[in-house]
Amino acid sequence: MPHLAVEDLRASYGALEVLRGISFSVEKGELVALVGPSGSGKSTVLRVLMALNPPSSGRVQIDDISIDYGKSGSVRAARDRMAVVFQQYNLFQNMNVMDNVTLAPRKIKKWPVAEVEENARALLAKVGLTDKHDAYPDELSGGQQQRVAIARALALKPEILLLDEVTSALDPELVNEVLDTIGELAADGMTMILVSHEMGFVREVASRVIMMDAGEIIETGTPAELFDAPKSQRAKQFFSKVLRH
Amino acid sequence: MERILEQIPRFFTFRNMELLLEAAGMTLAITSVGCIIGFGLAFVLVYLRQTPGKWAAPLRFLCIAYVEIFRRIPFLVVIYLVLFFIQAFIADASLFTIAVIAICTYAIAYTAEIIRGGLESVPREQVEAARAMNLSRFQTTTQIVLPQAWPVIIPPAIAFAVSFIKDTALVSQIGVFELTFRGKELNNQGYSGILVFGTIAMCYFAISYPLTRYGQHLETRLATSRGRRSARKLRRT
Amino acid sequence: MNYTFQYGVVWRDFDVLIDGALLTFQLGVMSFWGGALIGLFCAAVKTYGQRVFGILVDFYVVFITNTPALIQIYFLYFGLPEIGIRWSGELCVVIGLTLNAGAYLTLIMRAGFLSVRRTELEAAETIGMSRLQQIRFVIVPHIAKTIYPALANFFIVILVMGTSIGAIIGVDELTGQAINLSTVNYRWLEYFTIAALMYVVLTFIASIGLALLGRWAFRVKAKVF
Repeated sequence: MPHLAVEDLRASYGALEVLRGISFSVEKGELVALVGPSGSGKSTVLRVLMALNPPSSGRVQIDDISIDYGKSGSVRAARDRMAVVFQQYNLFQNMNVMDNVTLAPRKIKKWPVAEVEENARALLAKVGLTDKHDAYPDELSGGQQQRVAIARALALKPEILLLDEVTSALDPELVNEVLDTIGELAADGMTMILVSHEMGFVREVASRVIMMDAGEIIETGTPAELFDAPKSQRAKQFFSKVLRH
Repeated sequence: MERILEQIPRFFTFRNMELLLEAAGMTLAITSVGCIIGFGLAFVLVYLRQTPGKWAAPLRFLCIAYVEIFRRIPFLVVIYLVLFFIQAFIADASLFTIAVIAICTYAIAYTAEIIRGGLESVPREQVEAARAMNLSRFQTTTQIVLPQAWPVIIPPAIAFAVSFIKDTALVSQIGVFELTFRGKELNNQGYSGILVFGTIAMCYFAISYPLTRYGQHLETRLATSRGRRSARKLRRT
Repeated sequence: MNYTFQYGVVWRDFDVLIDGALLTFQLGVMSFWGGALIGLFCAAVKTYGQRVFGILVDFYVVFITNTPALIQIYFLYFGLPEIGIRWSGELCVVIGLTLNAGAYLTLIMRAGFLSVRRTELEAAETIGMSRLQQIRFVIVPHIAKTIYPALANFFIVILVMGTSIGAIIGVDELTGQAINLSTVNYRWLEYFTIAALMYVVLTFIASIGLALLGRWAFRVKAKVF
């Protein structure tokens, strides 16, 4: 049984159907990358999984638990098992780094404070921000903020980590520090779904790549399969554009 | 004119000044108590108004209707409505209580809009990040949204309360011993209207002007402190 | 808990309340236009006039905006007769509210004047507009667009908060009529709930009218709500 199974997932913004029947699965320890042109619905997949947008139909199952996005208890269960890192970091502006990382473990998971803080310190060390515990988000660079956001998501000990274009808002010279962190997580065996435009990075770390266009999955395969020998016309066009450089 | 001049020494007695000071205290007391309670209840109103879901639609409608209706009724009419409504059901309510409830009723409608504007000024992404971590709507509002909304809410809320000090003059109509009521009393005792209402006007001015200036000062300070923060942000990124 | 509402009597006197509402509207319109003229004049003096006059305007604005309109009207109604000036209640309300509105409208109009940017005028000059044409085609439309929402909002404030003060010195506008009628038969709650609803309707009509006017005349979107 796959760790996460998504079946015929559909979602709309008003009259516009942005997800038109998406099905895929993720095994434990896999890093699955969602790629495709902007507006193809990649980010919406992650938003629907986190219940930030409601699906109109479809099935989502984590291990043996099926998620009903109409029920708040079920939504809580989904959010309990997954964590998301946003493109714009979305750190809480009114809290320092340490509070950002420890808020949910303390208040929501109700884990013991000493343990939570120790774990937070370890995570911040791992993302290379040992000396920034007391800094506020607006005192950090974009790359630093994004690494805090990753630490904040990991502090919840999620089974699946969702990464939504986490480097798109960063200046080019800050991209690598964030990608390195994600690479380390992949090496540790963290299950991740990554929406990204960094094709070089995807090729290097992804176990599987899913190419989307206009709310549908066009093609799935290993990075080598998709990048070097795409089967469908749309995938060929897309990869020839993004891999040219 | 001579009558006024001749009255001055008789008017500015220690006793009269004591009365006016007491009355000014009453004006401040009803305004601040009414506005503070109203401010608190306005939070509740805004929170209810933001309740999601189909079943809450009537609730949202009621909250919007409350704000829209009370912003369109004269404060004087609200005072009478509160007075007679309370007297119809509770025989021995004090005038102070009635005045405070009337002020509160009105303050809710006005500050609710200020609070809503403040809460909506916080980026939606902050709320999404909190909800994705399973924070409840209440936790998200109190821990994430409100702390960031304060600088937007506080200056106009203070400006409203300060401006409302003047409007509370109308509760003199139901006999609360505040500044305007004392003024009318002194005028009825035969003191010159020019003298009495001139003095009462100065009393209001003495209360209102410094508070207005303080409010403006607070506004610029909060604005510049936020400006500094974003400037710092620009430098770093 | 034994109060029973009886709205029958109120409907009998409905036309009296309507008369009151009409007077409310008239008082509101007169005070607003009077105040707008004062505001326009004072704002112009403050922007383009000599410093001394600007200071006088400041005094006027600061004094009026920091004292209650009720006290200002009391001063006219109870104070002025002592020096031989006797005005009716209606006149005291209109003059008092006009002076009061004038101060607030000075602030609004001043903000409008300040919003006209140098560059726009220079642009107008470079395409060869005369001073008068500049005022007609650049300055006035710009100011109108900037301050129209604030003006529309202030008209509602005058219409509601302002005119009802008249009731206290015996002017028979809407609130005054509600008081007059209910002192006869003590159906206070009934008369006042109906009067309150009439204020809501009156201001909604005014808001919608102002929104349409704004859209038609200045292409501004003024909000009804």
